[in-house]
Amino acid sequence: MTTVTSAPAGARITRAGRGRPRRHRPRLAPWVFVTPFLVIFAVFTLVPLLSSFAMSFTDFRATDVQNPLGAHFVGIQQYQAVFSNPQFLRSMLNTGYFVLVGIPLTIVVALALAVALNNGIKRFRTVYRVGFYIPVVTSIVAVSTGWKFILQPNGPLNAALHVLGIQGPDWLSSTTWAMPAIIVMAVWRNAGTLMIIFLAGLQAVPHELQEAAMMDGAGSWRRFWNITLPILRPTILLGSVLLSVGFLQFFEEAFVMTNGGPLNSTLSITYFTYNQFGFGQYGLASAASYILFAAIALVSVIQFRTLRSRD
Amino acid sequence: MLDTEPATATASAKTAVRQGVTTRRRRGRRLPFSQLLVHAVLAVCLVLTLLPLVWMVLSSFKTQGDILSDPTAWLPAHFTFGNYAQWFGPLNIGQYFTNTLVVAAVTVAGNLVFCSMAGYALAKMEFRGRGLVFTLVLITLMIPGVVTFIPMFVTVSKLGLLNTYASLFLPFLATPLGVFLMRQFIGSIPDSLLDAARLDGAGEARIFTKIIVPLCKAPLATLAILTFLSSWNNFLWPLVAAQGQNTYTLPVALSLFSVGQSATNYALLLAGATLVILPVVAVFIALQRYFTQSLVGTGIK
Repeated sequence: MTTVTSAPAGARITRAGRGRPRRHRPRLAPWVFVTPFLVIFAVFTLVPLLSSFAMSFTDFRATDVQNPLGAHFVGIQQYQAVFSNPQFLRSMLNTGYFVLVGIPLTIVVALALAVALNNGIKRFRTVYRVGFYIPVVTSIVAVSTGWKFILQPNGPLNAALHVLGIQGPDWLSSTTWAMPAIIVMAVWRNAGTLMIIFLAGLQAVPHELQEAAMMDGAGSWRRFWNITLPILRPTILLGSVLLSVGFLQFFEEAFVMTNGGPLNSTLSITYFTYNQFGFGQYGLASAASYILFAAIALVSVIQFRTLRSRD
Repeated sequence: MLDTEPATATASAKTAVRQGVTTRRRRGRRLPFSQLLVHAVLAVCLVLTLLPLVWMVLSSFKTQGDILSDPTAWLPAHFTFGNYAQWFGPLNIGQYFTNTLVVAAVTVAGNLVFCSMAGYALAKMEFRGRGLVFTLVLITLMIPGVVTFIPMFVTVSKLGLLNTYASLFLPFLATPLGVFLMRQFIGSIPDSLLDAARLDGAGEARIFTKIIVPLCKAPLATLAILTFLSSWNNFLWPLVAAQGQNTYTLPVALSLFSVGQSATNYALLLAGATLVILPVVAVFIALQRYFTQSLVGTGIK
């Protein structure tokens, strides 16, 4: 990080300081430019970040809002409480399920779309690209409202399955099928994001390499597997990390479609935190949110590593 | 942007044929057929992608009776604007539109101004603490809303701002993502340009407004789009901070209706969902060129 910022700074000093001593008058201008951002950032990101960390070690409740110092330090009790809360453990499992199934599925779908769009298609490219991307810009709450009805036992999805001779379940009322149904919707909504990222990555695959492989008799599947995929690997990793940061926080889908049910089978960590907040258990909620934060931070670290290795 | 074809499949296929490749039998008649096949597959996928949205929109013109008697019908048996009339009438969606739009507009404006200012300082000025500020920006790029919303709620209620527009836009008025984006772009503007202006006696404010901002149209458009989208679709924080109809944003209002007493009025809810989605999809289709550019350009989000 220091190398990133200090190199251009050093370059500028020499240029600006031509024939003049290096010392400048203390400059006010930079702070004038940075301060509006810094104030908002401090009040609404930095301080909350630190306070929720502090809060997670107290018994802070909704009743303490007027007098925050009235809360007591309780050590790691909230974390112990969270980890012995069966609902929270369930929410961790559910979030893991959602991420570990949803992300690979999204990657496969998006990769297939990107490769198809990138190979030889000339007409309608924009139409396809725009069409596949439309779900990404929609409000999750709104599309969840729609999907809730699509997934009704006598709704259009089951009607379509019926044509194929399959008896569809009552998706959202089944502890088995509610999560897969939500995952399908998430894949539908997010594949467009990865598709665009992958399309950009595919531009980096040199076609000389493809042609050479073709001359050597490699079929399209082998060329995809042995050339495209390895070159695309950093892009796929980056895309999946970006997506998983969002997937780890999933909440709105369950809030609208299932209320976290049936029997907590779609309760996510964010949903659990939101519920505890609703019960006034701010300390407990903060502890739960920090556990999620740790997971996301871990993923972000991986992301920075990949980003750096790309440069 | 993705207009340059990396490999024209036809040309490569011809080469392959000429070279007498024998791995696959269908190699020879691959040219038109493979294209057709890809088109067919893509078209099917496209239809599947858009089908849920189309069904939603069509069903929003049904009566509740129609939906209950035949939930799978595509076209409404009795075409009606009744659901929309209800939203714009007694359900007062105009208010929620206004709320969402005002919050989004202020958030976008704030981000354009403050993020470009901060981005300029971080990219082109030296000052003590610059490294620290930028590191903080990088670290907090990915902060999940769920980690900060409780202290934010405490702060906002202490300030007496709960259930005001301010509570909805203040926290997002300048985002680390925006600063990062602007800093990256402004960093690519050559120093010589700025130095020349400085030699001519231009102050930082003048350089910023006369040189930096005009050069930043593309990233500013990107930032505006990303900010508008995330503000329009934002949910967790408005759900917590908006506590009355005077501040409910569209997603909050819709979610409360869909888990509240209207939970079984499908046609009505689908009309509501359509009203939330359609403006954004329209904006997206109009500006799609900038959208996809923005995504690839940032590599973030």
